[in-house]
Amino acid sequence: MRPLTQEETNTFFEKLSKYIGENIKLLIDRQDGSYCFRLHKDRVYYMSEDQLKIGSSAAGDTILSIGSCFGKFTKSGKFHLLITALDYLAPYAKHKVWLKSSAEQQFLYGHHIMKSGLGRLTEDTEQYQGVIVYNMNDLPLGFGVAAKSTQACRNCDPMTIVVFHQADTGQYIRDEETLT
Amino acid sequence: MIMADGKQSVVDTVLSQSNDVRLETNQIENEELIELDEGNLLAVNENKIDTKNFKVKNEDILLALTRDATQVLFNSLWKLPVEQKDGAFLITLPESQTWLPREKHVPKKRPPTKWEEYAKTKGILNKKKSRMIWDEQSQEYKPRWGYKRANDATKDWLIEVPDNADPYEDQYEKRKTAKRERVAKNELQRLRNVARAQKSKVPGLGLTPTEKPSKDHLSKALAVAHKSTASIGKFTDRLPKEKPSKFTGKKRKFEPSIGNFGSEKEKQLKMLDIVSKKVPTINTTKAANRILRQDEEQRAQEKKSKKTPKKLKGRKATLGLGKPGRQGGGNKKTRGKRKR
Repeated sequence: MRPLTQEETNTFFEKLSKYIGENIKLLIDRQDGSYCFRLHKDRVYYMSEDQLKIGSSAAGDTILSIGSCFGKFTKSGKFHLLITALDYLAPYAKHKVWLKSSAEQQFLYGHHIMKSGLGRLTEDTEQYQGVIVYNMNDLPLGFGVAAKSTQACRNCDPMTIVVFHQADTGQYIRDEETLT
Repeated sequence: MIMADGKQSVVDTVLSQSNDVRLETNQIENEELIELDEGNLLAVNENKIDTKNFKVKNEDILLALTRDATQVLFNSLWKLPVEQKDGAFLITLPESQTWLPREKHVPKKRPPTKWEEYAKTKGILNKKKSRMIWDEQSQEYKPRWGYKRANDATKDWLIEVPDNADPYEDQYEKRKTAKRERVAKNELQRLRNVARAQKSKVPGLGLTPTEKPSKDHLSKALAVAHKSTASIGKFTDRLPKEKPSKFTGKKRKFEPSIGNFGSEKEKQLKMLDIVSKKVPTINTTKAANRILRQDEEQRAQEKKSKKTPKKLKGRKATLGLGKPGRQGGGNKKTRGKRKR
């Protein structure tokens, strides 16, 4: 377990800022205690200082998970957000997408979101902007990337993909063995 | 399968006489619509297909069309001159008319070598030299190079020791090593050209002794020599004020896991500030979208305002709400001020 290097922090923040913008500050600078990001086995974990101190007393290769996993670095050095980060992304989300109840299951099975399943969409969403996906009861279901801007969404046919799927809460069941 | 011309007529008569339905004629309708290329034994039937029936029994129709084309092909083959050899009848096929695409790619041109590139920039042209040259010694023409060449230096039975040369040096051996080195150099350059052509990394020579080593070359050699011990240079003595070589790799170093949390937080916040400054404050697409939306809204309002007079006939009109918000022309400064 170690802190992120300068480069790693940069790529990580860049990815995170696509979803929550400058609200990353609120994750780093918290009133209720000291929190930090740590890299362990190519995965980034978000934990409190107390958790870190307890965790670092264990041998590195015995730790499976500590705090909550935000995502992982790929072998080529890119950063992938994982569904476990949703709890921290959802409250600070800049751009949101609401799903119709009919399309909810499709999304939770790992499919992209079509225009037909789109309930609502935050104004001024750009193309390839990270969006958090909610159902109509404002329950966060996952996140994705806007395939079309809000303007372009208005006049496209119902079968076009509007949001690319990235992670959904269905993964807690589907990818149970790999999520940490 | 192959028959002579004489027998053709026999077959014709047999076919015409027999009433068997299975035996079909060799006379085909619309024969001119079937394109033939005897060279490739190819027949293309361009007859129209009855589309109505085709859906129902396409297999039969296709078979019939193929038979017709094949029959026409064979008819035309029989018209070619036939020769007999060992009891078999042979036809020499004419030149094929259809061009078949070649099986393999057109070979690529060999990329130029380094010398060829250089010669092109300098405008150096190859002069054609004759292969045979006059040999004075044997008084006859001999090849310029290779086996039994003219003026062969290796066949010299005596070599003059040059001035300032070591008298005990073997001049024959000297020539031989020089030749060997030239061959080795040429081979290396050939390999380099191959590597360059394949865009792979040109193999370096490593650290070979050179006549005039550069400063970089020397310090690289020093760094290599430092590490060339059994313990990878751990116990190599250093000079008192020796700087670490820039040619040794750097070890990566990480911050401690439990270190100064305050400074870590500060560092990250500073990084975020830098990132946020990089992002342009004016988002062009967003701005364009906003203007588009404003236009839309304006148009919608104009539509509405056309309808309003009807509604305003009633109570609202008396209240004075019917007046548009802004009145009067003029420029920004004078607008609205005149009233006062």
